[in-house]
Amino acid sequence: MTAVVSTPASSAPPAHLPLLARITTNRLFEPVVVVVVLLVGLFAIPSFFDSYWIANFTQLAVFSIVCASAGLLYGRVGLVSLGQVASYGIGCWVTMRLAFATTLPYPVLLVIGGLVAAVIGVMIGLPALRVSGLYLALVTLMLAAGMEIVLERTGFPNGGTGFKGVVTTISDIKATRRPSFAGTDVAYYRFIVVGAFVMFMLASYVLSRKPGRAWASIRQSEAAALAAGIDVTRYKLWAFALAAFMAGVAGGLYAGSVPKGMSIDAFNRQSAIFLIAVVIMGGIYSLWGGLLGAFFATCLLKYLTQNVFGHQFWTRFALSLFGFGLLANLIQNTRIAERKGVEA
Amino acid sequence: MIDVEDLSVHFGGVVSLDQMTIQFPEGACGLIGPNGAGKTTFFNVLSGFVTPRSGRVVAMGQDLLSMPDYKRARWGLRRTFQTEQAIEKLTVFDNVATVYEHSTRSGKAGRSAAVEAALEFVGLTDVAQQTVRALGAKERRFIEVARAVVGSPKLILLDEPAAGLPDAETALLGGIIRSIPERVGATVILVDHDMSLVQACCDWTAVLDFGRLLASGPTAEVLRDRNVMRAYLGTEEVA
Repeated sequence: MTAVVSTPASSAPPAHLPLLARITTNRLFEPVVVVVVLLVGLFAIPSFFDSYWIANFTQLAVFSIVCASAGLLYGRVGLVSLGQVASYGIGCWVTMRLAFATTLPYPVLLVIGGLVAAVIGVMIGLPALRVSGLYLALVTLMLAAGMEIVLERTGFPNGGTGFKGVVTTISDIKATRRPSFAGTDVAYYRFIVVGAFVMFMLASYVLSRKPGRAWASIRQSEAAALAAGIDVTRYKLWAFALAAFMAGVAGGLYAGSVPKGMSIDAFNRQSAIFLIAVVIMGGIYSLWGGLLGAFFATCLLKYLTQNVFGHQFWTRFALSLFGFGLLANLIQNTRIAERKGVEA
Repeated sequence: MIDVEDLSVHFGGVVSLDQMTIQFPEGACGLIGPNGAGKTTFFNVLSGFVTPRSGRVVAMGQDLLSMPDYKRARWGLRRTFQTEQAIEKLTVFDNVATVYEHSTRSGKAGRSAAVEAALEFVGLTDVAQQTVRALGAKERRFIEVARAVVGSPKLILLDEPAAGLPDAETALLGGIIRSIPERVGATVILVDHDMSLVQACCDWTAVLDFGRLLASGPTAEVLRDRNVMRAYLGTEEVA
């Protein structure tokens, strides 16, 4: 691969590279892979797997958006936020509440849920701007804990009236409505895959534009970014807004996939830490890492639990490996952040 | 002209700049001094990273210290850092384009032309589409200079731009730096320990020692000054 590094720039890859390198450095390589993955997600998976695995792949598709949003903040801007699960929960709650209260089309609900999460995401980002690395992780962990407490008090809407929209008699509990064109589990799974695709494209588009370049600059050195004229505060908030929007939309997509009565378990502190752990395992720089992290967190873990480990101990062992990776990464990241301070 | 008046910076009990008063003329100016003399601190004050205890800096009629840090680039201030800060993950072109799009109001219209002109100025046109990560020390240092000259800068601060470069490349960089005032129309302040580079680039040089101005004037005269030799070099031989 060193040959790739030392060759001069040109549009077509040079002929002396190995075949595999020639393929992967081709400009069309990534779009083709994206289309293949999308087609596999939309058609191959529903025809090869039963309803149990469709439910797992549904979670994978939803979680991949959340992972990509956390990876975007960490990998592209250098912000370790444990608040993405809170944004995920906010988007879920808002979408559910509006789904019961209004007749708006589901995609509109998703956008509203995402926007509310984005506004709150920016408000979270404001006080968090002064800290970085491990310290930002701690501040946002408090937020995740706060969100857990709020959700314990309010619960998720399940067809009731009033602000909370909660009914207490079990027989009155309703499932969140789905879009008319995606009523069945498989159709709704496909709807989520399309939603995830749109979110990944959005992230990819923004990353390739002015904000993406500003974030790369901030991640490298805030001092150099300021010297280049980048309004670091504004672009960090923009990153928080985009990431929270993505997680909020993911929450909205998740809302329709749950049969009856949403549990708050997916939105607690453990989930917040677990999210960062799998994101780091999946890889934080590339958006593909979001997909891989979500795969670890959902399908792979399920598969290992059932077929390989077959014992609680080994599942916990796998989880503690995620935790170890997280700690090692945060400690290293904090050291880098300290080294990067303005040279006096 | 950059008019620095009575500039003092204290870090706790350490006096980093001590009532520094100096006027930099237009063109390429050298700023030299032993380690810890306050050269980088002076740059950090101009960049807005350090708030001085007292003093004023008026550059081309503009009170520089009253501007928020990130807006100084839009006014026309550019700088490079001792440790090079080219953005690893971006291409050479995007590195320069990032500075352009955040420091000018002209939007996308003149972007490509301006970035290409800056890359041509430093001789990096060939590697424009390569990612910085794949490039060596020389290219990275030259990218920094391209980032500094893109747009319409008024004042460029270069903090040891040739650190780590071999002599031949330092000489090449020196030629580029020397031509900045004429080709780009900006005033340059160059901090470096390499006296031959300072001599090659700068007609005018100031010497800092313990945060105070020790001497200033035409470079050749300043380097012959006995006080400068004693403070800076510890001997009377100019290396």
